[in-house]
Amino acid sequence: MTRRATRETGRALLEVRNLHAAVEGREILRGVDLLVNVGEVHAVMGPNGSGKSTLAQVLGGHPAYSVTEGSVLYQGKDLLAMKPEERAREGVFLAFQYPVAIRGITNAYFLRSALNALRKARGEQELGPVEFMDALEDKLKVIGWDDSYLSRPVNDGFSGGEKKRNEILQLAVLEPKLAILDETDSGLDIDALKTVAHTVDRLRRPDSATVLVTHYYRILTHITPDFVHVLSGGRIVKSGAKELALELEEKGYDWLREEAAVG
Amino acid sequence: MTGSIEAQVLQPYKYGFVTDIETDVVPPGLNEDVIRVISQKKSEPEWMLDWRLRAYRQWLKMKEPHWSNVTYGPIDYQAISYYAAPKAKPKLDSLEQVDPKLIETFEKLGIPLEERKRLAGVAVDAVFDSVSVATTFRETLAKQGVIFCAISEAIREYPDLVREYLGSVVPHNDNFFAALNSAVFTDGSFAYIPKGVRCPLELSTYFRINASSTGQFERTLIVAEEGSYVSYLEGCSAPVRDENQLHAAVVELVALDNAEIKYSTIQNWYPGDEAGRGGIYNFVTKRGKCLGRNSKISWTQVETGSAITWKYPGCILQGDNSVGEFYSVAVTNNRQQADTGTKMIHLGKNTRSTIVSKGISAGRGQNTYRGLVKIMKGAEHARNYSQCDSMLIGDKCGAHTFPYIDVRNSSALMEHEASTSKIGEDQIFYCKQRGLSAEDAVNMIVNGFCKEVFKELPMEFAVEAQRLLGISLEGSVG
Repeated sequence: MTRRATRETGRALLEVRNLHAAVEGREILRGVDLLVNVGEVHAVMGPNGSGKSTLAQVLGGHPAYSVTEGSVLYQGKDLLAMKPEERAREGVFLAFQYPVAIRGITNAYFLRSALNALRKARGEQELGPVEFMDALEDKLKVIGWDDSYLSRPVNDGFSGGEKKRNEILQLAVLEPKLAILDETDSGLDIDALKTVAHTVDRLRRPDSATVLVTHYYRILTHITPDFVHVLSGGRIVKSGAKELALELEEKGYDWLREEAAVG
Repeated sequence: MTGSIEAQVLQPYKYGFVTDIETDVVPPGLNEDVIRVISQKKSEPEWMLDWRLRAYRQWLKMKEPHWSNVTYGPIDYQAISYYAAPKAKPKLDSLEQVDPKLIETFEKLGIPLEERKRLAGVAVDAVFDSVSVATTFRETLAKQGVIFCAISEAIREYPDLVREYLGSVVPHNDNFFAALNSAVFTDGSFAYIPKGVRCPLELSTYFRINASSTGQFERTLIVAEEGSYVSYLEGCSAPVRDENQLHAAVVELVALDNAEIKYSTIQNWYPGDEAGRGGIYNFVTKRGKCLGRNSKISWTQVETGSAITWKYPGCILQGDNSVGEFYSVAVTNNRQQADTGTKMIHLGKNTRSTIVSKGISAGRGQNTYRGLVKIMKGAEHARNYSQCDSMLIGDKCGAHTFPYIDVRNSSALMEHEASTSKIGEDQIFYCKQRGLSAEDAVNMIVNGFCKEVFKELPMEFAVEAQRLLGISLEGSVG
């Protein structure tokens, strides 16, 4: 019902159909359907082991996951046929649950290399170090960082919260069309959570969309989703408006599992 | 990085061409007559020939060492030619008399010999097979009293200096390959920095092997007098050939009171092909002696080439308060093998040494760090810091670490850190998910890993080193 409504109002950015995916021979996703239009924020919730992170990784193109069935269209193109770097250059951004450290490479250098890779793919002029720093100033302010973070090696020695903020800084700099946030809220204290949520909220644009993969309700008190989906046993078992999230907060996930088993 | 290095990564070994030039070659084989011929061709004084012959007689009694962690078939020392030189006799006093083919060869290698084309601030000695063909900026250097020339020339022109220091750090019978070098060495560079002079230019030697079935046996000697400073860089390359070629060099450095020598190497000998055919055997002895108080010798090496590398640039810290440093990046890809590291011998009081070694293995490459830190009895309050990091790319390569520590004075302070990491799928995926290609991702991760060493290189060479690393690791990640 909800889905039909969005199809009438929006322009499809991401269409996931009957997606099955496995890791090391174990099937995790068992027929996921999801439609995301531009301008929307979707929350994908669910208990541990339901396949939330797998969905995020598969959309990002992680090589450890193999798609066994189904299709994903992104801007009408076959997303699954694209390499991870091609997806990134087309505007798909995955904020990692566990961001990776790169020794000896400064945050500024990494960010600029990434931005220039995208600009190059779009046929735009690459930015030199000085121009880049100018462009970066505002983005840093948004997440409440000073430039000391720029000269530190990428995520090396960063606290859990700093790593997550760094993902959001990358999000702000790279300005993707489709942002997939894989449990960016977990492990954050209240202040960090607020900053992250507000940044994501501020970056909402009418021509982009966000898929927020989360275990907890609390981030949704700062970002209001247009749709909430519950993933369980590798399928989306329920979709609804933001009120569904509140219901989950009160009742937990078990009732849905039972409902799914019965239905 | 995204632009230029990506383009470079896709290139095969680009220094593999052969220069077609008439060559004067001594027939293969080694005996006293061959040594006499070499000495004669170089118009050497009697004492030099005697020294060579002494080394040769010692060498005959020595056995090729096989304790290193590398494997190769037997070397037939009688099948190698020990002298090859371009026929048009090079005259060092004017570049106009150098065969244009040689000038062109070095241009292709990125080493223009005409001074107006040179990088500002770098003087170059160009060695082609067994002879030095040109040395640039000699006059500029001479104004400061700095001597920079081919060692064969130094033996004739500055015999007292050469006699005093040649073999003083690496004796003629030091080891099998050093003894062989002492017997047959053909050319190399000599640098002398007088008292109190800060050498106004970077000194650099570029070694090129061209002729087939020959070995290159160069010898370099650098002497830094009291309070002087010099930065020296060595580069090298060779054509692509199916045969293995032997390169057995000796480098000796001497630093007197308060002198400093910074010696950087970018080693890019032909590494052989993917199946391990061809490539240079790089069996080299490099050693520096901090003879004076407060002297300092610093080795920085980036080893990307050669089928086999066997070298341990070391420091003898004899003067009180002297400092030895060793910064190394060694890369082995395909079937390359490297057994490299350093020796720090502490003799004087308050001597300090630092070792930073980065080994990168890809393909079926085998990379061994082997290092010795020895604190002798009289070395009160000596200090050493060692850090050995290994990085593996793929699952068919190997990294090995053999740190030897020998402490004979209880006031010594020793620190040793070691790590092994693997470039993981996750690390590469992370970079790709931000839009970087696999090559750029590997380049970035590897360059970050080597940063502590690259920052020790002179600026232009750091860029060159990063670029070479990209080429060496080409195809190592799908």
